[in-house]
Amino acid sequence: MGYEKFKILKSSVVPLPIENVDTDQIIPARFLKATERVGFGDNLFRDWRYHADNTKKKDFVLNNNNYSGKILVGGKNFGSGSSREHAAWAIYDYGFRCVISSFFADIFKNNCLNIGVLPVQVSPNFLDKIFEIVFKNPQTNLVIDLKKQTVEIEGTSQIENFDINGYKKNNLLNGYDDIDYLLNIKDSIQTFSTKTPL
Amino acid sequence: MGKTLFDKVWDSHVVKKIDDGPDVLFIDRHMVHEVTSPVAFLGLKNRNIKVLFPEKTFATADHNTPTRNQHLPVKDILSSKQLKALEINAKYHGISYWGLGHEKNGIVHVIGPEHGITLPGATIVCGDSHTSTHGAFGAIAFGIGTSEVEMVLSTQCIMQPKPKKMRITINGKLNKAVTPKDVALFIISQLSTSGATGYFVEYAGEVFSEMTMEGRMTVCNLSIEMGARGGMIAPDKKTFNYIKGREFTPKNNDWNNAMKYWSNLKTDDEAIFDKEISFDGSKIEPMITYGTNPGMGMSIGGGIPNSDQHKGNKKTFLKSLEYMDYTEGEKVLGKNIDFVFLGSCTNGRIEDFRAFTEVVKGKKKSPNVTAWLVPGSHKVEKAIKDEGLLSILNESGFELREPGCSACLAMNDDKIPSGKYAVSTSNRNFEGRQGPGSRTLLASPIVAAAAAITGKITDPRELIT
Repeated sequence: MGYEKFKILKSSVVPLPIENVDTDQIIPARFLKATERVGFGDNLFRDWRYHADNTKKKDFVLNNNNYSGKILVGGKNFGSGSSREHAAWAIYDYGFRCVISSFFADIFKNNCLNIGVLPVQVSPNFLDKIFEIVFKNPQTNLVIDLKKQTVEIEGTSQIENFDINGYKKNNLLNGYDDIDYLLNIKDSIQTFSTKTPL
Repeated sequence: MGKTLFDKVWDSHVVKKIDDGPDVLFIDRHMVHEVTSPVAFLGLKNRNIKVLFPEKTFATADHNTPTRNQHLPVKDILSSKQLKALEINAKYHGISYWGLGHEKNGIVHVIGPEHGITLPGATIVCGDSHTSTHGAFGAIAFGIGTSEVEMVLSTQCIMQPKPKKMRITINGKLNKAVTPKDVALFIISQLSTSGATGYFVEYAGEVFSEMTMEGRMTVCNLSIEMGARGGMIAPDKKTFNYIKGREFTPKNNDWNNAMKYWSNLKTDDEAIFDKEISFDGSKIEPMITYGTNPGMGMSIGGGIPNSDQHKGNKKTFLKSLEYMDYTEGEKVLGKNIDFVFLGSCTNGRIEDFRAFTEVVKGKKKSPNVTAWLVPGSHKVEKAIKDEGLLSILNESGFELREPGCSACLAMNDDKIPSGKYAVSTSNRNFEGRQGPGSRTLLASPIVAAAAAITGKITDPRELIT
């Protein structure tokens, strides 16, 4: 499935300063029953966002009108738990294009990269700085430049570099897909398969 | 320089290395289930391609299936649609499909080993994080997302940066009532839920070499709960005895050839790990969790840490205790519980049912406890009956359900009600994991059995002689 190319993202952010946000919170298992990739954003953080009677929980950040934007900022170890790509889909479908944290769970990070959500890992200090500044002024924009691999808190001198491998970076910049790449080397895969030990 | 077990298996499966990018890794076995596959199959349809190696792909229904009346049509419309989609997709692509009611049906990580799909030195993936289970056989096995499921269906390859390597060595003898689950919960409590993120773990030492294959599966299964990409144990005689003669295990000459490859599957003496950790097995006690991630575990008689002793974010820690309605510093021993769940890919194997039955034998289930005993597969279910465990369980007031993932993730009707406490042999105690508002305490089958009898968190050593 194609996704928007990622170049420079300038947006206000939604802060979620909780550690170990697991994929069961991002999208509870009971919402994984779809056979198509549609509508997952409605159930993003379902049980933190809504009461059992479907009324909104006022103190949850997604229900706070002060905060909006295409960037979600979470605490350390974001996306731990299940491999469900539905978690990344829910984040994308809600409108986020980037998740920032000081540490990501592996599978979640891969899932994000595969669907066009950029996971940006920053230092714990920089993460604290983002939270501090955004809580003071919710309108604060972050500027994420994928080509330069920088994240900047607009209007401050706070800027940090982030890591991403060259292959994935190129994919995101151009909207490329791993499967297209693999289908192009199908012959060598088939040759390889005849030599595998099992 | 020597190679680790992990290096040997990984390196022999690299089709291509991409500069400043991931490795293209060939996958020997791909397990598929109903929940994470439909969108991947849709992707193949949109590209107008078929599964490249259907004979390396195996499908089962487990995540959303009911654990009662499986012979009747599935009532939940969405679940039923998902199951139908898998059946149609499997048929269209020529994949073996063991659906609801099939004698080989069961939880994907239970049936793989049962039928010899899981082999030493293999690369195994599935759209489920507990695929790490298969590492018990010396395989590289890990969970993947749906885009990657599509990748493997269409090209039998996956793109992965090679993880770092960690070895966890535990020597010494385990004490009475200390099971593989306790060993795993102990490790996670020491490393935290993100302590092994970025690593692939090899488990080594006496504790693991002494362990049964079922026990090794439990330990490897829980590797993901400390963030590891996967966990593995070098294959030995026990491994080869376990797999020999199973349906998909190589036979005759193929077996001999495979043995040549397998006999080299151990870490060389001079190999270097990025991180080495060791523990003393004799110090491990029966474990239980008190919070909302698997790293929040302690000895069953211990006290919940105070928030100032907690290494991570204090606010997150207190939020977790608030959810559980527990207080820092207090013990959970003696606290009332409402539900017991025995099952899942972590502890749904025959050995787990034997251990549970051993504890409850001759005693009666507490009337305050609702117990769900869910075998990991029909094969396990049959063994429970054949070995006479079922009649003992029935006499003690327990019933057996039909196989599936069940209350581990509560996608079906097996949901723990809001605010209720469940002692669960599954793998995750996340908020709402076992149903919205449910409160989960992870433990071994023995601890679960003790709680089922007394209705309270109980040290199992009080019940066993």
